[in-house]
Amino acid sequence: MKNNLEHSEAAAIFNKDVKRVDWHDETLWFVREKRDKAAHQIPEWELLREMASEIKNNVLSNIHDYLLEFESNAQKNGIVVHWAADAEEHNKIVHSIMEKHGVKQMVKSKSMLTEECHLNEYLSEKGIDVIDSDLGERIVQLRKEPPSHIVLPAIHLKKEDVSETFHEHLGTEKGNNDPQYLTEAARLHLRDTFLTRKVALTGVNFAIAETGEIVVCTNEGNADMGAHLADVHIACMGFEKIIPQRKHLSVFLRLLARSATGQPITTFSSHFKKPRDGKEMHIVIVDNGRTTQLGREDFRNSLKCIRCGACMNTCPVYRRSGGHSYHNAVAGPIGSILAPNLDMNKNADLPFASTLCGSCTNVCPVKIDIHDQLYKWRQVLVKEGHAPLGKTIAMNGMATVLANPMVFDLAGKVGRFVMKNIPVLVNNSLNPWYKQREMPAPPNESFREWYKKNGTEFNNKNNE
Amino acid sequence: MRIGLFIPCYVDQFYPKVAIATYELLQKLGCDVRFPMKQTCCGQPMANSGYAHLTKGCDANFMANFAEFDYIVCPSGSCVLHVKEHLHDENNEELASKMRKRVFELTEFITDVLKVETIVGNFPYKVGMHQSCHGQRGLKLSQMSELNAPFFSKPEQLLSKIKGINLVSLSRKDECCGFGGTFCVTEEAISVKMGQDRIKDHEAHQVDYITGGDMSCLMHLEGILKRQKSPIQIIHIAEILNATV
Repeated sequence: MKNNLEHSEAAAIFNKDVKRVDWHDETLWFVREKRDKAAHQIPEWELLREMASEIKNNVLSNIHDYLLEFESNAQKNGIVVHWAADAEEHNKIVHSIMEKHGVKQMVKSKSMLTEECHLNEYLSEKGIDVIDSDLGERIVQLRKEPPSHIVLPAIHLKKEDVSETFHEHLGTEKGNNDPQYLTEAARLHLRDTFLTRKVALTGVNFAIAETGEIVVCTNEGNADMGAHLADVHIACMGFEKIIPQRKHLSVFLRLLARSATGQPITTFSSHFKKPRDGKEMHIVIVDNGRTTQLGREDFRNSLKCIRCGACMNTCPVYRRSGGHSYHNAVAGPIGSILAPNLDMNKNADLPFASTLCGSCTNVCPVKIDIHDQLYKWRQVLVKEGHAPLGKTIAMNGMATVLANPMVFDLAGKVGRFVMKNIPVLVNNSLNPWYKQREMPAPPNESFREWYKKNGTEFNNKNNE
Repeated sequence: MRIGLFIPCYVDQFYPKVAIATYELLQKLGCDVRFPMKQTCCGQPMANSGYAHLTKGCDANFMANFAEFDYIVCPSGSCVLHVKEHLHDENNEELASKMRKRVFELTEFITDVLKVETIVGNFPYKVGMHQSCHGQRGLKLSQMSELNAPFFSKPEQLLSKIKGINLVSLSRKDECCGFGGTFCVTEEAISVKMGQDRIKDHEAHQVDYITGGDMSCLMHLEGILKRQKSPIQIIHIAEILNATV
């Protein structure tokens, strides 16, 4: 069942506060410009993108072998490897590890996969207390909101909002908006969490088949703090996170942070290869629809995504509608091609939430043809019956008129006559164009009418 | 060299002056140009809305009208891109393939095929150039700000030859205006906001005119400008180039 607002409805609500929309747009545009500077400083940038895309092509064509190689090497390193077919199985596995250790608390670092699987809700229903340790994640968690961006989870919030949230949940001084003060409060709160949790969960940015190790990238070091202090480290990954060899990591690490935030590299790029003595390390490898997407030829490239968020920062629609309007763990252009794969009925609106401007495709560090896939999803969704009936009727009518020159000519004449003489039929509140825009002024004659009178004459004049 | 003039359906009906300027301009540049009277629409409004399967009639009509021409020229990047990417004919795919390669956007035809190097003329105004996304990123009429590659711009190359023109450099060079075909009504709020923001960039540079290669983007911007009672006017690039050749 559909229980969320359509993207256009949520976007219209978000747009009621013009100042906030402007601020959201400018903040993300600032990140996009930082990305441009960082990317344009590297002469071989476009070559790097191509290389990353090719490595991922290889991975997607040989994913079976690489995953088995990774599993075997990780096991040799002493890591317990689990396989999950879907979100539910993933959540059950994580819970079973907690149960085995009799632990009721978890510290978690950023993982969009666990958002996709709704792990927090699942564990909380089982009576387990989960604390997100990424600062942005912690802020939205306290507010009981999902992240609105995959790299900048609380980018939709201003420091005043954070101050209010911290005042309510962490007891900070009301109205104190000083970022230094607020960060300090978060730091003290999280330090206590790190020191007391026995189980830490992290995401995985890259899993290296050759060595059986994983790499986690953070700017706050929170993944390391959690994993280093806990007895049990659980790392959860979608199966597409695999790369063949360590040497390939250099390509992706150079692209990831530059694309995400305009930094040369993330502050921490931590390798986890085996559990410390006497401790445990688990890796949960998740499918959850990825096999289906791999099998859809037009959409398999979406599995190349390294979750940098560059497509969101550059997307003119995302910047003005906010991440929550996409009602999916991964928002923005990339989310709009991943979401229908998970649930076509619930996410049929998302591939239409784009002007197909193509900027997303251009910034993508692994060269995913994002806007072309949005176009292709539209075709699939309409064919599968996920289009509103009114739209289908209108489109059929339009196709008939536009395929027939005489009908088109007549419809044009009638249309222009109506607009000129009975403008209220067009200029009314039922016309979404007219709500905030004037209609074009209808001319006396169409070009074809002008051409009939002047075309040949002009030709003759010029040919004299 | 016979040129078929391909005029977008909404330009034919609402902006005949843009079509006239294109027609006259091509003639002044020495082309034998004809307008096939039975043309209608390329089918893009249906295709981009997910109804590509309904465009066969438009495709057939387009093929029938333009098959005989050496080049098909159109004052719209968006319609050209659609034909280049999606024109098909089950019964004569070879011809469809040829026609996909023969279709050109106006400024790219002037710079790349006619290789026009000098344009004499005068347009003494401050002008902001709105790069339409399909023209720029789709047809690569100019370099895109996202890519790490040298700058070029076919429309600006032509405009820069015009005497008196003061072409401003926008803060967000290639931001989308928010028109997006049926997006402009299905996502009305965002579409309008994007258009308003696009206009603000031009306003900040105090332009007299906003020009561009796609009348659809300009129609959307014009609708907002008029509602705001702005003195800024819109003008298609063909009109500037034609007034001054």
